[in-house]
Amino acid sequence: MARITAGVGSSHVPLLGVAHDQGKERDDYFGPIFAGYDWTREWEKREKPDVVILVYNDHASAFDMKIIPTFAIGCGERYAPADEGWGPRKVPDVIGHPDLAWHIAQSLVLDEFDMTIINEMDVDHGLTVPLSMMFGACEQWPTTVIPLAVNVVTYPPPSGNRCWALGEAIARAVESFPEDLNVQIWGTGGMSHQLQGARAGLINPEWDNRFLDLLEADNDAVRHIPHIEYLRETGSEGIEMVMWLIMRGALGPRVKTLHRHYHVPCSNTAIGHIVLAPD
Amino acid sequence: MSHTDIHAYLAEFDDIPGTRVFTAKRARQGYHLNQFAMSLMKAENRERFKADERAYLDDWAISEEAKLAVLARDYNALLDMGGNIYFLSKLFSTDGIAFAEAVSTMTDMSWPEYRQMMLEGGRSPEGVRSIREGR
Ligand SMILES: [Fe+2]
Repeated sequence: MARITAGVGSSHVPLLGVAHDQGKERDDYFGPIFAGYDWTREWEKREKPDVVILVYNDHASAFDMKIIPTFAIGCGERYAPADEGWGPRKVPDVIGHPDLAWHIAQSLVLDEFDMTIINEMDVDHGLTVPLSMMFGACEQWPTTVIPLAVNVVTYPPPSGNRCWALGEAIARAVESFPEDLNVQIWGTGGMSHQLQGARAGLINPEWDNRFLDLLEADNDAVRHIPHIEYLRETGSEGIEMVMWLIMRGALGPRVKTLHRHYHVPCSNTAIGHIVLAPD
Repeated sequence: MSHTDIHAYLAEFDDIPGTRVFTAKRARQGYHLNQFAMSLMKAENRERFKADERAYLDDWAISEEAKLAVLARDYNALLDMGGNIYFLSKLFSTDGIAFAEAVSTMTDMSWPEYRQMMLEGGRSPEGVRSIREGR
């Protein structure tokens, strides 16, 4: 039986990919950020997940304004890094897990989550940066990946409540897959940041840390935070944090915290990172 | 299941200072502008755009005002015309400038001032959460 053994939350700032690709991980600016991922890189070497369900958002790379799926699941064999305007990142192609992905997609639809199914797409920094943060440089990613893309660009994005419920449904789907697989679920994006307008640069460490506290809590209060609160308190792009709730919802009512890290700044953004396990 | 009133939901967005939330209204208004920016994802289009920006823009169904704002790299004006920052980012990566530097041009700060603010912990949310409530 497949099982979800851990959940990872992480920012996915594109500049982190640049720092990694250009060998700047340990310089004065990026050192304190990457230091917070050292624990996780060692832990991942021991955990050896077979599959990562990677919740992220596309930033006008695979999806433009023509089609805007709220929840989309990648059921393809492989995904190439996207050219986001300066050439694709030179990181390995992402290898999918079509058997489990299709199983989850079918289960979710029967569970009344009407997913969009993707067979071909390129994946942008939202997906490849977390892989670099958790696994470092490698010839091939040490796990297969099921991309789960969430619309957090065109309003309204899904509610936190719906994201949490989707996570619960994903966990049920994984548990009904007969093969013995070690599955992790990652929620990415955030934390506080605003990339536009006169209020750009907004950072709210108190709110971000309260959000991390709520993820650790033995209750589901965090799912009820309305969009407007993310917008006011964490900047217009802080809304990405709803994606972490899919991860958290998939872990069940109680979790234990294995690791937690927070740092300001990375470019315009606050970096948050948490590793949780079902308890 | 919650039943959110869409009108009340949208109305609150106008109460956040210095922020344009990318609503359906903006997405419709900026559709062609954003698709133009998206076209710069392709290396051959970036080359054509750089060679003659005006001619490249003239192939798109966007207003003269928006074309001028693109040429001037006036990102606040482009946001007002329905541009979305993730789409517009294709324009500043074509220009080879850092995301944060482009973002700084939308504030009342110079790029060095903005960068320093970020190094010092970013912009505080105090006073910029709500126009109505002044908090
Ligand atoms: Fe993002």
